[in-house]
Amino acid sequence: MTDPIIEAHGLTKRYGDTLAVDHLDLRVRRNEIFGLLGPNGSGKTTTILMMLGLTEPTTGQIRVAGRDPMREPLEVKRRVGYVPDAVGFYDQLSAEANLEYTARLAGIPREESGQRIAAALRSLGLDGVGSKQVRAFSRGMCQRLALAEILIRRPQIAILDEPTVGLDPEGAREFLGMIRELKKDGLTVLLSSHLLDQVQTICDRVGLFHRGRIALEGTVQELSRTVLGNSYRIAIEAIGPAVDAALSRISGVSAIEQRDKRRYRVEALRDVRPDISEAITESGGKLLGLTLEEWSLDDIYTRYFERVRQAA
Amino acid sequence: MTTSTRDISSGSGRQREGSPWTGLPTIALKELTDQLGSARIRILAALIILTAIGATYIAIQELKQTVAEDPFIFLRLLTAARDPLPSFLSFLTLFVPLTAITLGFDGINGERSRRTLPRILAQPIYRDALILAKFLAGLATLAVMLLALWLLVTGLGLIELGVAPSGEEVLRGLAFLAVTLAYAGVWLGLALLCSVLFRQPATSALAAVSVWLVFAFLWPVLIDVGTQALQLKSLGFQTSGLDVAQLQLALSRISPNTIFGEVALALLHPATRSLGPILFSQLEGAVLGTPLPFSQSLMLVWPQITGLVAAMIAILTVTYISFQRQEIRS
Repeated sequence: MTDPIIEAHGLTKRYGDTLAVDHLDLRVRRNEIFGLLGPNGSGKTTTILMMLGLTEPTTGQIRVAGRDPMREPLEVKRRVGYVPDAVGFYDQLSAEANLEYTARLAGIPREESGQRIAAALRSLGLDGVGSKQVRAFSRGMCQRLALAEILIRRPQIAILDEPTVGLDPEGAREFLGMIRELKKDGLTVLLSSHLLDQVQTICDRVGLFHRGRIALEGTVQELSRTVLGNSYRIAIEAIGPAVDAALSRISGVSAIEQRDKRRYRVEALRDVRPDISEAITESGGKLLGLTLEEWSLDDIYTRYFERVRQAA
Repeated sequence: MTTSTRDISSGSGRQREGSPWTGLPTIALKELTDQLGSARIRILAALIILTAIGATYIAIQELKQTVAEDPFIFLRLLTAARDPLPSFLSFLTLFVPLTAITLGFDGINGERSRRTLPRILAQPIYRDALILAKFLAGLATLAVMLLALWLLVTGLGLIELGVAPSGEEVLRGLAFLAVTLAYAGVWLGLALLCSVLFRQPATSALAAVSVWLVFAFLWPVLIDVGTQALQLKSLGFQTSGLDVAQLQLALSRISPNTIFGEVALALLHPATRSLGPILFSQLEGAVLGTPLPFSQSLMLVWPQITGLVAAMIAILTVTYISFQRQEIRS
């Protein structure tokens, strides 16, 4: 793997008796969208705070843009834009004033910040509300305002903690689209989420968190291959007297699940769709639908930890 | 409050780089704008200006009747009182801590509850800048208010009394203002400390006001009760009245209110020669009632002034350390 922009080795954070992050190894490549995924409390936010130098690692090394966040926090923070989960702004100030404040803190000259703010608000669809107080903003607008801050600061890396929490599905989809735009501008994006399925679509690679460690890392396809092997999942809709029996006779089928009266789900080691249609017709039933389902990250995650638990 | 464990294995080379004051002017300016435009400061300012005008007016009436030939009439303006109304100085002793607490009690926990803290600290600044900027902005707000008040009082005096203040009166007045600012700084520091220690702004305000109440009202009573009990117990010992008086004084000087009162007394009453118990033998040859020069009055309360500034710095240091050790996430 060439040129990682974020690199962690044996990163550990201990709060009293609890290990929040446990010997974490992580590499994020330049200009990729990397997803830190896992349930709440699995150490994602702590890892992010260590990347920004806002929390001191107990042991281990971390380098962000080639620098140590504990030693050179200002240099690191100049190169990283951060959108915390549940981001907040100063209510009594207007959107523009809020952005102006952080632009000033980031050291952007006054002549330039005005233009950049206007451009950022325009590109995120906030151009009509720039002079309004943030008090009146919805959750989705605040999230966009936080993204506007990143556009204005033009960092190398954007770190977004739970960016879609609290957004309605439409808003979340739109927001993920905006994140994808960041990648086109040459940014490296690191995002954390517990909503695995929602963000898997935009991540180039993901790391699945489990109890302070990254249990699995890679593209969604890679993960599905490692965890589930070459297994296929097929959804069937059929009516007939002995669909169950017909399905179980097919070789290669490893599991059959009846979901309701006419719907079944089959797992198999190969693509058994032709065999299924044949078997059901032969048994006197009628095949109404047959689809090959994609494995989702949720499935991978559940499967993997079921296996880990069984092994333990 | 969760503090991070600090058993970093590689202790060497962990020196952080870059100036801790990066962003300080920006934050201070923003905080100052917020403070000056806030509703709470308007309410306080209205309250204080009204009482100041009232107290000064009463003082002017009083002065016109009694001491028309006082050489320090503009200083008397600040201290003269007529029952039942206290003097301008007493109002100030009451209002300055309250104003300082009002300006500081939600400094850090306010950023937390608005969820702006992680976002601001993710900007290229150190935490040092945030806490110091909040302190400086509060102090600047207080300075503006105090200066305005003093000018208001002096202006009223000019109009009503028809004489101009002397150079020494102006000097003493400005010195008094500076000390009042240090006194305010102590309470501002305390309020900021509470805002770091307590997550709820209401709790933090209550804690700061409690400390103020203790020092303003309970402390003198406690000292009185305490030393009386001590006197009874130590009947067998050779404790003189002087020892007890000195013990009482030492204990009461723990309270910043006492210290401020002493400085105000020495600066605004030039005839003040001593702040503690004094023996008759020490007064031999002194012409009682003659004013000391400004430099001598200043010498008299120099330890108190140093003490106030030191208390301010100490409280700020504790605040700073607790904030540095705190976790950002709630």
